[in-house]
Amino acid sequence: MHLFIEQLLNGLQFGILLFLIAAGLTLIFGVMDFINLSHGSIFMMGAYFSLVFQRLTGSFFIAIVLAGIAAFVLGVLLELLLARRLYHRNHLDQVLVTFGLILFANEAVTIIWGTQAVYSGLPESLEGQLELPFGISYPTYRIFAIGVGALVGLLLYLFIQRTRIGMLVRAGATNRETVSVMGVNISFLFTIVFGLGALLAGIAGAVAGPILSVQPGMGETVLILSFVVVVIGGLGSIRGALFAAMIVGLIDTLGRAYLRDILSTILSPAAASDAGPALASMLVYILMAVILFFKPEGLMPIQKKR
Amino acid sequence: MKKWKSAISAVGVSAAVISGGHGVTRSATAADDPIKVGFVLTLSGGGSVLGKELQQGANLALDHLGGKFAGRDVEFIFEDSQRKPDIGKQAAEKLVRSDKVDFVVGATFANVLLAMANSVTRRKKLLITPNAAPAPLAGKKCTPYFFSVPFQNDQSSEAMGQYLTNAGVKTAYILAPNYQAGRDLLAGFKRRFKGKLLGEVYTPFEQTDFSAELTALAAEKPEAVFVFYPGGLGIQFVKQYAQAGLIDQIPLYTAFVVNGATLPAIGDAAKGVLSAGHWAINLPNAANKKFVDGYRAKFGSTPSEFASQGYDTVNLIASAVAKTGGDVSDVEALRTALKLAGFESVRGDFRFNTNQFPIHDQYLLEVDVDSETGELAVLARDVIIEDMPDSYAGQCTY
Repeated sequence: MHLFIEQLLNGLQFGILLFLIAAGLTLIFGVMDFINLSHGSIFMMGAYFSLVFQRLTGSFFIAIVLAGIAAFVLGVLLELLLARRLYHRNHLDQVLVTFGLILFANEAVTIIWGTQAVYSGLPESLEGQLELPFGISYPTYRIFAIGVGALVGLLLYLFIQRTRIGMLVRAGATNRETVSVMGVNISFLFTIVFGLGALLAGIAGAVAGPILSVQPGMGETVLILSFVVVVIGGLGSIRGALFAAMIVGLIDTLGRAYLRDILSTILSPAAASDAGPALASMLVYILMAVILFFKPEGLMPIQKKR
Repeated sequence: MKKWKSAISAVGVSAAVISGGHGVTRSATAADDPIKVGFVLTLSGGGSVLGKELQQGANLALDHLGGKFAGRDVEFIFEDSQRKPDIGKQAAEKLVRSDKVDFVVGATFANVLLAMANSVTRRKKLLITPNAAPAPLAGKKCTPYFFSVPFQNDQSSEAMGQYLTNAGVKTAYILAPNYQAGRDLLAGFKRRFKGKLLGEVYTPFEQTDFSAELTALAAEKPEAVFVFYPGGLGIQFVKQYAQAGLIDQIPLYTAFVVNGATLPAIGDAAKGVLSAGHWAINLPNAANKKFVDGYRAKFGSTPSEFASQGYDTVNLIASAVAKTGGDVSDVEALRTALKLAGFESVRGDFRFNTNQFPIHDQYLLEVDVDSETGELAVLARDVIIEDMPDSYAGQCTY
């Protein structure tokens, strides 16, 4: 039983990481109608920034915060210099430019830090195992990652639901034109949203750094899964992204953990161990196809007023 | 309605192009006089660390030879394959047809090697691999014009399986990425491991988080864990294995995980990780000492096994040219000379099998602090198998 709880925790931790990335992606899409492929690159930059700040400040925790702020600045610059010129263009143009940014970011990282993966370790206080109730021991750092994700998610919720800017963000996602007609400085709002999305991705990168290998191109693998999350959740919907991220995280993890055993009850062991991993890696995409078949706009689409 | 449809199709297009690349190939002007060696290595993009180490090893060997083979000038031409089979094949075609090189050295990765091998060998040009060594070229598709300097891919996992059998380990749990090399390496391990397998897991190639697998593995309580995870995957696996507190409980045996390219990124988490291989910086032979010292002096870092393979490759070619007295016009004579392997390998004993893959010792390697430099390094501890051939030589009949 506690094996199953551990696997649930694994799924939760993976889901929260996906949520941090997907939330920014869906926010930027929902408010600005902008597809940002370079979001994965900001995730990567977050991981590198965190390493730089760790060296400068000597503190792992301060470095995560600073990496988030640096990613925010990067996002704001990106919006001011590039993205805002593309809002009125079609999605393929946006994809083309932001895909170019991926190549640019990977090459820039290669020039500065090299192609070789960079060391990203843990402070002593986060090493080792945490003893949880029911005799479960779980890596301390993964608990920490879940905590950071939950905290950031909560702050994001309060920001969107309780602040004036958050209200404008929600209004902008529903009907952009009306918001600007009401006299709101819409371009300022866009810059803030873009920066906020980058902040979330940057924190996700900083938190994922010690688990993953920090190297050029590390953003691309998470980018594809986060797009799956955004599509399942409903484009533009943060709440949808949260649910979808949890579903994807849990399905993916539990699929990898149990699918082979489940299949071996109906198939021969050899066939099950062949089909198990293949099916487990497809599971998330099968889920996406099924959800899109029944709910083409995703699980929790935002109400668009055109 | 239209908006999200175009968004989804745009995302689809972008996913399809996301593996795009970049890069420039360099070429040199043709000259008649020097002996020409053409290299097809991965020098940019993912995996370029390996290509650069191979290149530096090769350049160091030429330095140590005074820039000459048998008194004749030597020209190295380096081509970048970008780890892409099509580009590697084009580069090999160019080296053979327009540069008219005497030897082709390549490739860094098996996918590139398999794509380019025929372009070289069917024209009866000599192809020598400094790194990639997949099973087909050792067995059914072997040719007289192909030589492997490093190993055959399965050798280190076979040696690892043999070591665990010798050590009386009863149970093991094994993992690898779900692709050809992953299946080959685990098959190699199973060939020699006589204990019980508590699990054999193949993870999707793009999977970077192994939490579910680690939880499942820990529950089985195996005596040993064996994994094959190359490059970034290995960095992630070892870090997560250590973070899960497993490294002190279950010894981690590996193939192609800890090496000069990945060790700095894994850091202290790698301490105690075991592997099997043909070379380490502390092998006590004169050629190795000269190589390691020379490499540190020239490049200011500790060489990886890839550098050692680049070094051995060039020394092998030089030995063959010396045997023919500097004459590179007769390919058959060169081939016979190469087969003698009349050079001092940095790994110690070295000779070619009938399929022109190495027969050499396999060592138990451990990641530990090198007493000379105070840094973590992969150090040889023990000989596992002496004069080990690969398992495919019997299938090679040319």
